[in-house]
Amino acid sequence: MANKVFPSASAALDGLTFDGMTVMSGGFGLCGIPENLIIALRDSGVKGITVISNNAGVDGWGLGLLLETKQISKMISSYVGENKEFARQYLAGELELEFNPQGTLAERCRAGGAGIAGFYTKTGVGTLVAEGKEVKEFNGEKYVLETGLVADLSIVKAWKGDKEGNLIFRKTARNFNPMMATAGKKCIAEVEILVETGELDADAIHTPGIYVDRIVKGTFEKRIEQRTVTKRENA
Amino acid sequence: MAWSRDQLAQRAAKELRDGYYVNLGIGIPTLVANYIPEGMEVTLQSENGMLGMGPFPYEDEIDADLINAGKQTITALKKSSYFSSSDSFAMIRGGHIDLSILGAMEVNERGNLANWMVPGKMVKGMGGAMDLVAGVKRVVVVMEHTSKDGASKLLKQCTLPLTGVNVVDLVITDLGVFEIDKHGQQPMKLIQLADDISVDEITAKTEAAFINALN
Repeated sequence: MANKVFPSASAALDGLTFDGMTVMSGGFGLCGIPENLIIALRDSGVKGITVISNNAGVDGWGLGLLLETKQISKMISSYVGENKEFARQYLAGELELEFNPQGTLAERCRAGGAGIAGFYTKTGVGTLVAEGKEVKEFNGEKYVLETGLVADLSIVKAWKGDKEGNLIFRKTARNFNPMMATAGKKCIAEVEILVETGELDADAIHTPGIYVDRIVKGTFEKRIEQRTVTKRENA
Repeated sequence: MAWSRDQLAQRAAKELRDGYYVNLGIGIPTLVANYIPEGMEVTLQSENGMLGMGPFPYEDEIDADLINAGKQTITALKKSSYFSSSDSFAMIRGGHIDLSILGAMEVNERGNLANWMVPGKMVKGMGGAMDLVAGVKRVVVVMEHTSKDGASKLLKQCTLPLTGVNVVDLVITDLGVFEIDKHGQQPMKLIQLADDISVDEITAKTEAAFINALN
């Protein structure tokens, strides 16, 4: 059994990056993003990346770091409203953008990882999203054909992992990570807690280790975009 | 008086039913959670992967791994569950969610909705809105009746790129409430006026055709 554990995010990327590559990056907003691998990807200097990710990070953090250095040439996302640099590059024509409805994006990743070439969905029928795509009627309703997505590399973030690459996610930090782990030709996972094989409850594993080629223990800032609180009544 | 943001949320809350699974959009729709009637059990779905959304946390409970689709910190309830984005949208697309309440830039009299982009100006994206309007059983729009320059947002035809075609069941604006027969041929119906708003006023401010169905 090959060793899947790498000492750092940079070491884990070694030999897997090339200019013009496609990268899937897990997370929703800044929640559950592979922060260590994004920084390592920036430091690798790889260029012309197509990034598949629900969002584009914020200015100065997450995928925003790769936008700042202009390493991204195209994004496939559902929502990019949190990032001024993104809007600037896009409106200036420096960045290509493909909007996918969020559920379609999630299903395209799931399909890609599951060997499904395409699927029909009601989402987006009659909108810009369906332009140029096959529309077919099933039981009197129209559906649009969407294709599965596969990336050269997927980078995901989990809460716990073991040396086999089995992963457990935590709360809403799960989001796109499980599907993306399945849809990369190679997948690197970064985890908060790395344990010995056998220490995770096998019934609780969300992503089986077969999908994970490399695993690294990271250090996390876990930035929060909207800090909304309830005020405690004074007793 | 036109309805305030909170009055809009209060009116939208009247669309809730006991036992409903509901997805609330960003902005005024989020406020609907504050007006769930006493004794009624409603489960809120957040499309980033959670059922059973709780209120905002106390400062010392904040958890970066627990946010809603608006990226706001939230809490869990006893009944909560977490799942992946593909499971979340299977729930939405598969018709398992009873009600979606969301904002809009434009709605037309046949239930077409535009709320995700202004070409050349705003590039935010549709997020989960296209999936929600395509898959959720009942879709309620909450919006201002007119844009900042006074133009009607209830139109004969939307001018902005669409989010969905024939998807909206009910439109609640600060001036009144309209019912749309999205799959049929019935005209749009005005069913309620905001306090002290006249039929003449709402007619003058509405480009879309509608019939007066006030009781």
